[in-house]
Amino acid sequence: MEQNTDAIARLILSDGTEFRGLSLGSEGTVIGEVVFTTGMTGYLETLTDPSYYGQIVTQTFPLIGNYGVNEDDKESKKAWLSGYIVRECCEEPSNFRSRGKLSDWLKYQGVVAIKGIDTRSLTKKIRETGVMNGAITTEKNIDKAALLKDIRNFTIKNAVKTTSTAQIKNYADGPLESLKATLPSNAPCNFNFKICLMDFGAKRNIARSLIRRGCELLVVPYNTTATEIEKLSPDGIMLSNGPGDPMENKDIIENLKEIGKLNIPIFGICLGHQLLALANGAKTEKLKYGHRGANQPVVDVLLDRTLVTTQNHGYAVVADSIKDDVGYISHYNANDGTCEGIAYKNIPAFTVQFHPEAWAGPLDTDYLFDRFFRLIKDNKNGERRV
Amino acid sequence: MPINKDIKKVMVIGSGPIIIGQAAEFDYAGTQACRALKEEGLEVVLVNSNPATIMTDKSMADHIYIEPLTTKTIERIIDIEKPNSLLSTLGGQTGLTLSMQLAKSGFLESRGVRLLGANPQTIDKAEDRKMFKETMEKIGQPCIPSKVVENIDDAMDFLEDIGLPVIIRPAFTLGGTGGGIAETKEEFYNIAVNGLRLSPITQILVEKCISGWKEIEFEVIRDSKSNVITVCSMENLDPVGVHTGDSIVIAPAVTLSDREYQILRTASIDIISELKVEGGCNCQFALNPESFEYAVIEVNPRVSRSSALASKATGYPIAKVATKIAIGYSLDEIVNQVTGNTYACFEPAIDYVVIKFPKWPFDKFVYAKRTLGTQMKATGEVMSIAPSFEQAMMKSVRGIELGLDTMTLQEFEDLSDEQVLNSLGIIDDRRIFMVYQAVKRGIPFETIHNITMIDEWFLAKLKNLADMETKLINSKLNDDLYIKAKKMGFLDSTIERLSGKKICKKAKAAFKMVDTCAAEFAATTPYFYSTYDEENEAAEFIKNNNTNKQNVIVFGSGPIRIGQGIEFDYCSVHCVWALKRLGYEAIICNNNPETVSTDFDTGDRLYFDPVQFEDVKNIIETEKPIGVVVQFGGQTAIKLTKKLSEMGVNILGTSADSIDAAEDRERFDELLEKCNIKRPKGDTVFTDKEAIEVANKLGYPVLLRPSYVLGGQNMIIAHSDKDIIEYMEIIMQNNIENPVLVDKYMMGVEVEVDAICDGEDFLIPGIMEHIERAGVHSGDSISVYPSQNLSNRIKNIIVDYTKRLALSLDVRGLLNIQYVVYNDEVYVIEVNPRSSRTVPYISKVTGVPMVELATRVMFGQKLKDMGYGTGLYPSGDYVAVKVPVFSFEKLHDVDTHLGPEMKSTGEVLGIAKSFEEALLKGLIAAGYQMNNQGSKGVLITVKDADKIEAINLAEKFKSLGFTIYATPKTAALLNKNMIPCNVVQKIHEGENNTLQLIESGKVDYVISTSTKGRLPARDSVKIRRKTVELSIPCLTSIDTANALIDSMAIGQTICDVEMVDITSLNPNLLDTEDYLKRKEYDYSILSGYKQVNGYKNKKL
Repeated sequence: MEQNTDAIARLILSDGTEFRGLSLGSEGTVIGEVVFTTGMTGYLETLTDPSYYGQIVTQTFPLIGNYGVNEDDKESKKAWLSGYIVRECCEEPSNFRSRGKLSDWLKYQGVVAIKGIDTRSLTKKIRETGVMNGAITTEKNIDKAALLKDIRNFTIKNAVKTTSTAQIKNYADGPLESLKATLPSNAPCNFNFKICLMDFGAKRNIARSLIRRGCELLVVPYNTTATEIEKLSPDGIMLSNGPGDPMENKDIIENLKEIGKLNIPIFGICLGHQLLALANGAKTEKLKYGHRGANQPVVDVLLDRTLVTTQNHGYAVVADSIKDDVGYISHYNANDGTCEGIAYKNIPAFTVQFHPEAWAGPLDTDYLFDRFFRLIKDNKNGERRV
Repeated sequence: MPINKDIKKVMVIGSGPIIIGQAAEFDYAGTQACRALKEEGLEVVLVNSNPATIMTDKSMADHIYIEPLTTKTIERIIDIEKPNSLLSTLGGQTGLTLSMQLAKSGFLESRGVRLLGANPQTIDKAEDRKMFKETMEKIGQPCIPSKVVENIDDAMDFLEDIGLPVIIRPAFTLGGTGGGIAETKEEFYNIAVNGLRLSPITQILVEKCISGWKEIEFEVIRDSKSNVITVCSMENLDPVGVHTGDSIVIAPAVTLSDREYQILRTASIDIISELKVEGGCNCQFALNPESFEYAVIEVNPRVSRSSALASKATGYPIAKVATKIAIGYSLDEIVNQVTGNTYACFEPAIDYVVIKFPKWPFDKFVYAKRTLGTQMKATGEVMSIAPSFEQAMMKSVRGIELGLDTMTLQEFEDLSDEQVLNSLGIIDDRRIFMVYQAVKRGIPFETIHNITMIDEWFLAKLKNLADMETKLINSKLNDDLYIKAKKMGFLDSTIERLSGKKICKKAKAAFKMVDTCAAEFAATTPYFYSTYDEENEAAEFIKNNNTNKQNVIVFGSGPIRIGQGIEFDYCSVHCVWALKRLGYEAIICNNNPETVSTDFDTGDRLYFDPVQFEDVKNIIETEKPIGVVVQFGGQTAIKLTKKLSEMGVNILGTSADSIDAAEDRERFDELLEKCNIKRPKGDTVFTDKEAIEVANKLGYPVLLRPSYVLGGQNMIIAHSDKDIIEYMEIIMQNNIENPVLVDKYMMGVEVEVDAICDGEDFLIPGIMEHIERAGVHSGDSISVYPSQNLSNRIKNIIVDYTKRLALSLDVRGLLNIQYVVYNDEVYVIEVNPRSSRTVPYISKVTGVPMVELATRVMFGQKLKDMGYGTGLYPSGDYVAVKVPVFSFEKLHDVDTHLGPEMKSTGEVLGIAKSFEEALLKGLIAAGYQMNNQGSKGVLITVKDADKIEAINLAEKFKSLGFTIYATPKTAALLNKNMIPCNVVQKIHEGENNTLQLIESGKVDYVISTSTKGRLPARDSVKIRRKTVELSIPCLTSIDTANALIDSMAIGQTICDVEMVDITSLNPNLLDTEDYLKRKEYDYSILSGYKQVNGYKNKKL
C-alpha cells in the first residue's frame, strides 16, 4: 500500500551526506547520533528501548512493521530514540496481536522517521567512518549549513536522568500477566528474593525476568544512594541498562563505589556493567560503531561456550583496565574480543555488557539471572563464587 | 576442540540419483563436505551411484566408487578401502539410512569404523514416530496430538481429547487411501470406520488437524561443546498442508514478531540439544496464526534441501561447517569464510529477503494430478534475493521459466470472479497465480485468507504487485512510476508491454552483496544480487579487487527439471574451473540454490539472479566481460544466445548462428544436405490438419514434437490420425509459437555421441549405444559405453558424420548428436551444439575432461595440442551402463510408459569389466529388485507390434523359473509357441484380472508395452500405475525387459562383481584440481598453451 503522504524526508549526516527518502512518522527535524541495529525482528522493542535515547536508529533489515504494534512488546512506555530509519515500512501489518500500524504509532509518539533510503549503503558508511551525528528533517526549506552546525555540535545529555524513574516503584511499569504465556517454561520460578533494580533507563524485561522468577522487585531512581538502598534491605541489586556515555555519570559512579561496599550481590547489565566497572577503577571507551543486534556471539569463559546475545551499546569497558584484584573478564565478544562481562573478586558482583533479558533477541543467556540468585544464596551462606 | 587426530580416512556416502525430494542439494552438501575433509588433509572415500555429480569428481575425493547404494556394496567398499570413519549426515536420507543400517548391524564396529555426524540413538529419536514423540514430550515440546487406534471406540474417545478437525490416516494403505480430514463428528465416524476397514492391520492414526497454521522452519547447528546457533528462519507462504518442498518459502520468517520468533528459535535449540546432534539440523514447526501455540512437525538431523537454501540465503556454509564439526572442531574454532575474521559461531543477519519458488514437472506431465499435499512433487526450485518481497517474487516468477514476466496467468484472466473464488480452494502448483488473480480483482483479503489460510501479509504484498501492474496499464508512465515499478521487480520489457510506452531513460541495476552480517562487518564475499539503488557494490568490488584479468560470464541452467538436471551444473562448474585455470575471472550467473555452481566460492563472482535476458544484461553491464559462455547451461542459457548476440555480446565458442542452424528445421535440413547425411524424413506443420496430411504421406508411425524444446517435452509417437489430433491439442495448449515437427519414426538402434570441436579437429571421447531402440527418449534409455553391438563400419560412419556436422556447424566447444542405425544405415536424429546429459559420465569413464577441453577450445586452443588426440578416443577396459531413474511414485496419474518424451529425473551408472556386470550394477543402483530366488512370476501384456518378440522374452523368463502370466492375446501366442502361461483377464473383464494379479503379490515384474494414449483411465496406464504403488518393476519396452532378464541370467549378485575405484581407471591422467596446484603450469593461453610433463605424457 502506498502512503498518501508522499512527503519528502531527508537524512543529513555530519559529513554532509544526504539521503532522500519519504517521511514516515512525525514532521519536523531531529538531531541525534546515527547508529544501526541488525536485529531482524523486534523493532518495537528497539523503538521503546531507553538505551537508544538521543540516537537515530537505522534498521538494517529492510522490511519493518510487518507485525504492527502491540502493547506487550514495548520495553518502556514510549519511544525514546530521536529518529528512526527504515527501508520499507509495512502498511498492512498482519499478526494476531497487532493493534495498529507502525507508521501511525510513530506519528502518535512524535518520532521523526524516514523510509525508502538505501539503508545498506548508510550502514556501510557508519561501519567505515564510525558512528556520526545526523538529522532527519521533513522541512523543505531548512538551512542546511545551520543544521549541519547543529548536527556537529550535538551531544547526548542527561540521558540517564531523563530515562530513569523519578520515584521508587515496586514493579515495572508495563503489563506483566499477559506475557507469562510466552516465557520459557523450563526456568525455575521460586526465588523469593527482594531485588532492588537501579533504573538507569531500564528495559521492562529486566523487571519481568526477575518477577517471573518469584522476586519481589523495587525499581529505584538512578540516584538512589547506598544508604537509601541499605534501608530497603534488598537481597540483591540489579544495575540496569541505559543510554549515553557512561563516563558522564560521575555521581552514579561515586555512588556505586559505596553500594559495592554494602556486601549485597550485584548483577549489572549494559550501562550498569560499564558504570560498576568505572566505579572499580576500570576505563570505558567508545566503539567505532558499537554492537547493536540480536546475533552477537559472546564467549562465557566459565562455561567455555559461545552464546548468541542481544546487544545495544556504543561504549565498552577497556578489557585490560580491569585490575587483577578487582575481577576478571568472564565474557568476551567472539567477533572483536571486546569485554562483555566481568566477574568481581573484591565485591559480590558480576556484570555483562549484553542483554540476558533478551526481548528482542535470543534467550540463550537467560541463565545469568539464575547465576545471580546463586550468588545471593552463596553470599548469604558466607561463600562467594561466581 | 580441534580436529580429532584419530580420524584419518573418511568415507562419505552420497545421496544417489536425483529423484523428487532428493536433488542436487546433496551434491552441493557432499561437495562441500569432501572439500572440507580434504582441506584437513584427510583421505576421502566417496560412494555415490550418481555420475552426474561434482562430488564424484576426481578432485573431490581420493577414492571414488560409482556403485549401487546398498548395504552390501558399502560393506564391500569398506573392506577394500578400510576407512576408519564414516560421515553419515551429508548424503540425504539415502546416505543417512545406509549409515544407520551399517551401524545397527554392528558392521561398522566390527571393522573399527567410527560413525561421524550422527549416532543411531539420535536418528531414532528424530525418525521413529514413537520415540520422537516421547523425546519431544520429555523436553516439553508440543507435537501434533495423535494416537494410533485399532477400533472405533478408542478413536471416538481420542477425538474427545483433541477436538475437531482431525486427520485420519489408515495404516499401510497406499497413497493414504481411505484417509481424510473430518470437520464434524459424523464425518469422523464415517472416515474412521472406513479407514479401519481398509487398513490391512485394522489400524488408523488419528491426528489433530493443523492445516492452515503457519509453517516455520529453523536451520540449527550444534557442536560437541554444546554451542548452538540458528542459521536462518524460513516461513512457508503456503500454510501447513503443503510439503515444504512444494511451498513458496521466504527467509527470514516475515510475519512473526520477536516473541514468536524466539519461542520457535528456543524450541529449535532445545530440540537439537536434546537430540545431541553434532552438525546441522532442520526443525519444522506449525504455528497457530491466532496464538503462541505451536507444534513440532518434523526434525531432520542432517543437512537437507532446506539447509542448502539457508546456506545460499545467508551465505553461511552449513554443510561445510557440519563436516568440520563432525571431525571434531567446535563452532568457535571455524572461521567464517565470508568475513574472514569472525567465527562460525554466530547467527547470520541479513538485509534482504529471499524467496524460494518450486519448479514442478506439470508442464511435461499434462495428465499428472497437479494438487499439492504432503507428498513433494517439485523437481527443483529457484531462489531470488531482493530488498523487497515484491521484487524477490517477480524475480522468482520469471526465474522459474514458465514464460511469465508478471504473476498474471493469461488463462485465469478470462475466469469470472465466481470461478476465481471457487478455484482458490484448490491447492495446486498454480494456486499462487489464482490468489494473485483474486487479489487483483479486489476480492477482500479476509475472503481469500479464509479459503487459503495464506497470511494477509503476503496477500498485501501481492496486491502491491497487482496494483502496479494495473497502474502501468492505466496511468501515464512517468519517472516516478517507472522507478517504483523497477523497485518492485518489473522488467523494462514488461513495463513497456504494459504501458505501451518506450522507456527512454532506463534505470541501471545496482548489485548488493550477500555477507552474512547485514553490512556490520566488511566482507569480501563475491556474492551479489541485483536491485535498483544507487550504490553498486559489485562494481566497487571489481574495482577494489582488480586482478587485471579479463572477465568471462558462465550462465547456469536454472531450476532442475526433467530434461535439464544436475549434469548442466556439473558442466557449468567445470567450465568455471577451467576458466580460472586459463587465467580469467570466472563469473557465474544462476538462480538455483541447490547447486555447486551457486556456492559463493565456486566462481570468482556469483550473481544470484534469474538467468533471463534483462537480468543477465544488467550483470554484463557491470562486469563488462570479454565474452559469455552459454553452452553449458542447458536450454536456459542457450535461449539467451540470440538476444545477447544481437546486443553485441561476444558468445564464446559456437556462435549464435550455428546454434540457430542446428535448431531451425529448414536450416538444419540444408546443413544435412550439404553434409550428405540422411535423417528420418519429415516436415514442419502448424495445424493438426497439416500434421495428419504429412503423417499420412510419411506413413505411420510418426514422431511429433514442437521445435525448440528440451527433454522431448510434448514429444510423442503417433500411430494414427486420432493420436495426432490428441497430441496436437496438447502442444497447441502450451502456446507454442514455433512450428511442430513431424518425422518418420524409425525403430532402430539409437546411438549418442558427445564430441568436442575446435573448428579444425574434433574429438569423440566415446560412442554410446542405447539398449532401447529409437522411440524412447535418450534421457530415459539405458545407455552403454562403449557401444556393444555396432560394427566398425557403422562406427566409422558415425565418426565421419560427427566430423562433418561439427565442422560444417563450425562448432567451438561441445556437441551432442543422436543417431539412429536402421537397416544398417545411419540417420541423424538430433544435433545439439552444446553440453549434454552424458558429458559428466563420459568424462568420468573415459578420463577426457570434456568441459575443460571445450572451454580451452573457446579461447582458440587446438585439440591437437591438448594431448588427448583427435577423432575417436580409444575406449578403455571398462564398460559403463547408465540407467535412468524415475520418480513415478511421487507423481500420480503419470503413465510410466517410456516414449520420446523424457520422464526420468535422474540416473545411475554401473561400471564393470563386462557389459552384463555393468548392467547388473546399473539396474540394482536404479532400484530394480533382482529376484532370482524362490517362486516368482512375471506378467506380460504387450502391444501387437511387440508380440513376436515377447515369445523370446517369455522363454527367457521361463528358463529362469518364472511363472508366466499374460493377457489373453499374448497368452494365446505364447501357448502356441509352447510356452506355458496363465491367462489373466483385462481389468474391465471382471474377476481374475491383471490388477488383482498384481495386488496378489504373485508377480515380481510386469512387462507392459501398450502405448494407446496417455489417459490415466486406460487399462495399460492403470496397470502401470498399480505397479508403481506396489513398487513392482514395470518394464515398458521389450528391450529393457530383455536387458533385465539377460542380466539376471548371468546368475551373479552384487556380491560377485568387482567394486571399481574410478580414480584407478585412468591412473595416468591428472585430475583437474591438480592443475590448479601445479605452479609450473603455464597459463599463457594464447601463446599455444605450453605443455608440462605428466600432462603431455599421459597414456592414450
